[in-house]
Amino acid sequence: MTAGEPTVEDLLRTLAPQVVGVLTRRWGDFAAAEDAVQEALLDAATQWPAEGVPRNPRGWLVQVAGRRMTEQVRSEQARRRREELVAGQVPADRRSAPGADTTDEGADDDTLALLFLCCHPVLSSASAIALTLRSVGGLTTGEIAAAFLVPEATMGQRISRAKQRIKASGVPFRMPDATHWPARLDAVLHVLYLIFNEGYVTSTGPELRRVELSREAIRLTRAVHALLPDDAEVTGLLALMLLTEARGPARTGPDGELVPLAEQDRSRWDTGAIAEGIGLITAALPRGPVGPYQVQAAIAAVHDEAPTAAATDWPQILALYGVLSRTSDNPLITLNRAVATAMVHGPAAGLALLADPPPALVGHHRLHAVRAHLHELAGDREAAVADYRAAAHRTASLPERHHLSLCAARLAARAGGGEPDDREAGQC
Amino acid sequence: MKYMLLMQFSEKNVDFPKLDEWKPEEIQAHIQFMKQTNAGLAAAGELVDAQGLAMPETARIVRSHSGGAPVITEGPFAESKEWVAGWWIVDCDSEQRAIEIAAAVSAAPGPGGRPLNMPIEVRQIMAAPPTEL
Repeated sequence: MTAGEPTVEDLLRTLAPQVVGVLTRRWGDFAAAEDAVQEALLDAATQWPAEGVPRNPRGWLVQVAGRRMTEQVRSEQARRRREELVAGQVPADRRSAPGADTTDEGADDDTLALLFLCCHPVLSSASAIALTLRSVGGLTTGEIAAAFLVPEATMGQRISRAKQRIKASGVPFRMPDATHWPARLDAVLHVLYLIFNEGYVTSTGPELRRVELSREAIRLTRAVHALLPDDAEVTGLLALMLLTEARGPARTGPDGELVPLAEQDRSRWDTGAIAEGIGLITAALPRGPVGPYQVQAAIAAVHDEAPTAAATDWPQILALYGVLSRTSDNPLITLNRAVATAMVHGPAAGLALLADPPPALVGHHRLHAVRAHLHELAGDREAAVADYRAAAHRTASLPERHHLSLCAARLAARAGGGEPDDREAGQC
Repeated sequence: MKYMLLMQFSEKNVDFPKLDEWKPEEIQAHIQFMKQTNAGLAAAGELVDAQGLAMPETARIVRSHSGGAPVITEGPFAESKEWVAGWWIVDCDSEQRAIEIAAAVSAAPGPGGRPLNMPIEVRQIMAAPPTEL
């Protein structure tokens, strides 16, 4: 979404997965290729801005990273020779980097194959996220560590263990076949979704600077969408991210406090992102089969299209949650559906849906927060205050705790005949 | 020198009502104070880390158990009258300065804008270089 000339950094990060791909295919060693490319990227990041971008930047990176791999293999072999007195001859021409004008053929497939590798289900989410950001996203270990507020050494270890795990599992570097395609693509989309969400929620360290993970997730998803333009769920995920990110500027107040959807200044929403998101989802939906990302994008679109909170088309949102609950059993959908039900059929109907919550929601702060909101809509201040307090006591997000504590305090002040408050009910 | 400043909430050591009973503007003033304090420490190059902990309702107490599975006690700990609410790690020139910072955060405003006078435990972190013995 950023206009203007691509910067050196943009260029490097687009090329990073392609170069990892070329070297992995050539040498059959993903872990070593990934390390070599990381070093070549650091070289380029210091040299290019000073000396100018080479004529064939991708060829430059392949050559520099390839040289590093050669050196590594040679020193490794020298070591082995000394230790084992075995002469493992490696013809230098087989190990040399490709010519500088090698074509870009296969670059797209390499980027995709790399994503499939980094998001492989043998990895935990945390490992897959870190590896994807480094290998496909071209971020440095330090940047990723800062984004997740962990020490750089810890993140470096997480990445190298992820690579070992891939090696040990014998996962090949190639496109999954047709039978595994849907499950593997789901894993890729899930990792991208988690990266986006981490950036969007920004739940920890409110004052600390973070790499913008949500923007990075959008960039990566855009790349996947460019490679698989006909996949409706990829399109749906990109639309969902754009339509959610569009509200970003209005989501927090001047002091970093949370501003709920109903109270956001909609003039601060990013209309360009909304238009792009709506365009994408409108094109994807009729192409069928409709998956959860498309439905969530459609719901986000309905919210984003409403000029005011009061003008929101809640019946349509309720219908979409009905569709969503058939494609996914995520308990948080139950909560959102209860809110939509309350907006269409009244708060009592919404509360009735939450009378017997699924076990995963029992004691969850979101359950209390939604109940509080619905009790407030129903005019039951006492119950609302109790649930806002319960939610505040259970959340792990500091800005959210502040927000929920304030909701409880404002309502309690009104219930106790405190100073008058001109806020509408339901807008704690 | 690095110090950890532990904000130890203790019902018997404080004389202010629970947060649940504060007025909205009192909560807001408190949040504002904490944000400004952290921004000030960061600007002074002294802030290493500042974290708040989730409330004790979500706490678990784990103890290994000889010859068996570990024992996990889940909250809510209705009887718990003391808990760590959060901490700062500061890197400053002297213990004197660490105490000054602790005194400042202890004076965070509560109901009626009065300072809470929360006890702040100041502990040096064992990050000093070893001396030749």
